[in-house]
Amino acid sequence: MGGTSAAVLARRGAIMKAALGFDYAAFERSPIAFDYEGLMASHGLTIEDVRAIQRAAGVGDTPLIELRNLTDLVRSYAPPGFGARIFVKDEAANLAGSFKDRRASVSIHVAKERGYDGVIAATSGNYGAAVASQAARAGLKCIIVQEAFDSRHVGQPEIIEKSRLCEAFGAEVVQLTVGPELFVVMLELLEETGYFAASLYSPFGVAGIETLGFEIAEQMRALTGAPPSHVVVTHAGGGNTTGTARGLAKAGARETQVVSASVDLSGLHMASDTDFNRKSFTTGHTGFGVPFATWPDRADVPRNAARALRYMDRYVTVSQGEVFYATEALCKLEGLERGPSGNTALAAAMALARDLPREATVVVQETEYTGAGKHHWSQIAFARANGIEVRLGDPAESVPGTSIVVPEWPEQLSVRDVDLERLRRSYVRNALAHAPEGYTPTEDDVRFLAEDAHTTPEAVEGIIRELAQG
Amino acid sequence: MNERTGCQAGDWVEVERVVLEPGERADGLPEDTARQPLKMWVKGFARAAARIGEKVEVETMTGRVVEGTLTDVLPGYTHTFGRPPKELVAIGRDLRARVAAYRAREGR
Repeated sequence: MGGTSAAVLARRGAIMKAALGFDYAAFERSPIAFDYEGLMASHGLTIEDVRAIQRAAGVGDTPLIELRNLTDLVRSYAPPGFGARIFVKDEAANLAGSFKDRRASVSIHVAKERGYDGVIAATSGNYGAAVASQAARAGLKCIIVQEAFDSRHVGQPEIIEKSRLCEAFGAEVVQLTVGPELFVVMLELLEETGYFAASLYSPFGVAGIETLGFEIAEQMRALTGAPPSHVVVTHAGGGNTTGTARGLAKAGARETQVVSASVDLSGLHMASDTDFNRKSFTTGHTGFGVPFATWPDRADVPRNAARALRYMDRYVTVSQGEVFYATEALCKLEGLERGPSGNTALAAAMALARDLPREATVVVQETEYTGAGKHHWSQIAFARANGIEVRLGDPAESVPGTSIVVPEWPEQLSVRDVDLERLRRSYVRNALAHAPEGYTPTEDDVRFLAEDAHTTPEAVEGIIRELAQG
Repeated sequence: MNERTGCQAGDWVEVERVVLEPGERADGLPEDTARQPLKMWVKGFARAAARIGEKVEVETMTGRVVEGTLTDVLPGYTHTFGRPPKELVAIGRDLRARVAAYRAREGR
């Protein structure tokens, strides 16, 4: 990388410290371990404080709706006694149209309280609109840095729609071509403006999502008398899984299984200029889901507060065609036009519900707004225009970046399990690789890695031994 | 000069600039990305009159001043819903029929 970029990256620690108003170094215990719960408690806000902040910001308390027609559809082909009840938390009811308003509201509250003039976030997703909306309400300036176009200046309609919404809320949108150097541009902007870094991955952002899990437990208790047996989460960078699971636990819903779901985009390179427009989903996919689960600290902050591997009970993938099918089913059977990316969990929930007893309750944990560009019709038309084959058939035959296969029947909806043991091995390998060469993990490191990977210290020791043997 | 050919001072416009030339890009990029420059587009109020393709400074919504090549005046959006994909049009009809048949079987 060129001299200017290298110089900016060398100042990264100081820039982020000024832009976040606190120092991550206070929580470091070793080159591997850090005090995660200490970091999460550092903002000093209880869940009731966060709820009050969000109510004042017009965020949260979204409806939780039972999907009786979809449930009956699943029961029409499930084995006798099977077919769980399906519910959805309608997060599109938030001001900017997604659960990301929850993340943004806490970051903007902190930025305002600490006297920053503005906020900056790097995101091509719904989070940009959420930050722009909350900043507008708080009277703060806002810059959203987006990876928006390939080198031909062609952008996914879903991302272009998000650019439009950010601008509608008065944000300055900095649109870039494909590449990880977006991070350097963000650092330069933080340094130039002195604004607050409204990172998706700060403890503030993740605390904002805990209310989502908390509300789901409360609303399900009111509707059915108990917390849900399963919550299905659309999983990308890990904040959604982490915050929701922490909120469920804070509401006492400790038996609820947390299932993360991503769209399978395996084989597509996330930094490739040509692959950029061969994806029909710009978030909720394995291109974020797997690398962030196995190395969360690749984020734009020194330590990522979103650590999905800690909280996943199961991780499944679905195909693009299955999510489009579920999106259409939600429209036609339930009168809810949402998504498409947020419906990744819906597609997975329809498949999971078939194999669960009727008494089980499955909550699809979010929806997102839809509109021109950010709509399943637009995504499919764009895919076709970019040479992707779209056809009806068995979704198992689809190849990310080459074909989208829309199921012919709902029985064809299925989930593929991601091997969590493989992800845990990969996580431990990444943690060791980021420590100085020759560093020997201590007992405390092993305990930390076991907590972070949701496994036992003995299992971590086994992985370390295996890696040492090459 | 009209909107298609250039801007007056104070007009809402879009400018383009190259952030990194191909030789300055990050290490380890896929080859297709590495051979392209990293480009940026920003919108703001033009600080002077300019023709499309000329250098101009803009003042953005946050008050930053950015210099770039003028690419558009009153830049807008044309993304749409488009036509319904033929693979999706029958899903609603078929699924409603299935739910109705199931409920009839269950005596509801």
